[in-house]
Amino acid sequence: MSFIKLLFLVFASSAVLSAFMMVTTRNTVYAALYLVLTFFSTALTWLLLEAEFLSIVLILVYVGAVMVLFLFVVMMLDVNTAATREGFVRFLPLGAGVAIIMMLEMSLVLGPKLFGLDVYPAPVPKPADYSNTEAIGSVLYTVYVYPFEIAAVILLVAMVAAIMLTLRRRPETKYQNAAAQAKVRREDRVRIVKMDSETRVDDIAKQGDGA
Amino acid sequence: MAEFLSPLLNLFPEGLRELILILIQIMLIVLPLVIAVAYTTYAERKIIGYMQVRIGPNRVGPLGLFQPFADVFKLMFKEIIIPSAANKFIFFTAPVIILFAALVAWAVVPFDDGWVVADVNAGLLYVLAVGAAGVYGVILAGWASNSKYALLGGLRSAAHKIAYELAMGFALVGVLMASQSLNLQDIVRAQSGSIVHWYWLPLLPMFVVYFISGVAETNRAPFDIAEGESEIVAGFHVEYSGMGFVLFMLAEYASMILISALTAIMFLGGWLSPFQGTFLESAFAWIPGIIWMFAKIAVLLFLFIWFRATFPRYRYDQIMRLGWKVLIPVTLVWIVVEGVAVYFKLGPWFA
Repeated sequence: MSFIKLLFLVFASSAVLSAFMMVTTRNTVYAALYLVLTFFSTALTWLLLEAEFLSIVLILVYVGAVMVLFLFVVMMLDVNTAATREGFVRFLPLGAGVAIIMMLEMSLVLGPKLFGLDVYPAPVPKPADYSNTEAIGSVLYTVYVYPFEIAAVILLVAMVAAIMLTLRRRPETKYQNAAAQAKVRREDRVRIVKMDSETRVDDIAKQGDGA
Repeated sequence: MAEFLSPLLNLFPEGLRELILILIQIMLIVLPLVIAVAYTTYAERKIIGYMQVRIGPNRVGPLGLFQPFADVFKLMFKEIIIPSAANKFIFFTAPVIILFAALVAWAVVPFDDGWVVADVNAGLLYVLAVGAAGVYGVILAGWASNSKYALLGGLRSAAHKIAYELAMGFALVGVLMASQSLNLQDIVRAQSGSIVHWYWLPLLPMFVVYFISGVAETNRAPFDIAEGESEIVAGFHVEYSGMGFVLFMLAEYASMILISALTAIMFLGGWLSPFQGTFLESAFAWIPGIIWMFAKIAVLLFLFIWFRATFPRYRYDQIMRLGWKVLIPVTLVWIVVEGVAVYFKLGPWFA
């Protein structure tokens, strides 16, 4: 067994195991962390496939941004685990049915008939100066430019929709206008009053004597 | 670099040589880095001391030069306190994660032409991805301590790191467009010519945004709301003592040095001499590139310390506003400007 194959087995089993643990663990923060580990292991198996761009982007986007937001939310939640486990037996047949259908679909699509070594032979290792990133970019912006742009527009629409759904007008909220704060000059806040110096005390005393 | 190590390497069997070579290279980076971290803390205390008209540490050794070691030994012998309701496993893993992220990125950092452990094609992406993974250390430390202050610190850091990572990523898109490469060595080579060929000039807004985001990413003042000692005691590391605290400090300073090194590589010409292309070039040709690299890192580190002594801490909403509403739009606009410049091959940078 070659070293690469050993690495693949380590990463692949780690991905499957952590995915399983993510579903079964009761602590929500642990579940999020297992999901991070799943992404990491998957990224490493992709690296073994010489797909370094996808692998690093998976870590950058999912581990670095998406899961951080997940953790952000999960850490603040007080999830009642007992309530989520209610009705486990009642929904078991339905869940098992869906799981079996999905397994069947996956085995049909991903089986050796469509993805076997005779259909997709193992790729020839590329030379060291081959840039995966450039290859993806040059195809993405020429051959697949319309699907790519459409996907981008769909994402934009989803983003606008998400913002609109959560937008609440709250006129009673007070907030600072940073631009106005930065624009403030000394003259707006401080008034320098020029006034004559007061008369001497002994002058007043003399006046007192005269009275 | 492999050449002058070859007599040493010949002592080992054939199959192990590459592994030993990599291990030696790792030691050659990590050991000086730890020393540099120790003396950055010393420099910080001295510089801030002088800026505040104090002397700073001057008791341990001549000019207080052994102060960092005294601090480290003191912290090493301190009792490690574990909060009774803490999640022990994550409590101890968090500082390791944060240190891991601060160290692994050095694998792709070139110190001189060819002086790099891993000459990766996607080096720029790798640096970004590793930086992104480092956020977990802070968040998990905050959560695992089971303390309100620590959790608040962790949450603040999660929110502000996302914002500044985006700005950082966009700033690096500018570098990528200018250099046409993701390889850090190629990025430096693309800047050769003279001091005005370095990307600080054509990408000036990106340079400023990148460095500001770098200061924010490392949780340094004025962006240190994750610690915020005047509001939440010490934030995410309030429950850590002894070695756990040392690891956080080590990681913070190591990532400061890393951000300085990356800024030097992306915008200040890495190992290139600033006198290139002028009449002084031959007079300074004897200085090896790594010295220029270290000099640039040192100047940027000084900026980090200067900021800390100068600026008051930003409020949370001000940080969010600066990140989302100022830095990201600036980079977006400059990417468009740069796109036009690249299209028309505006010399001397985009020719």
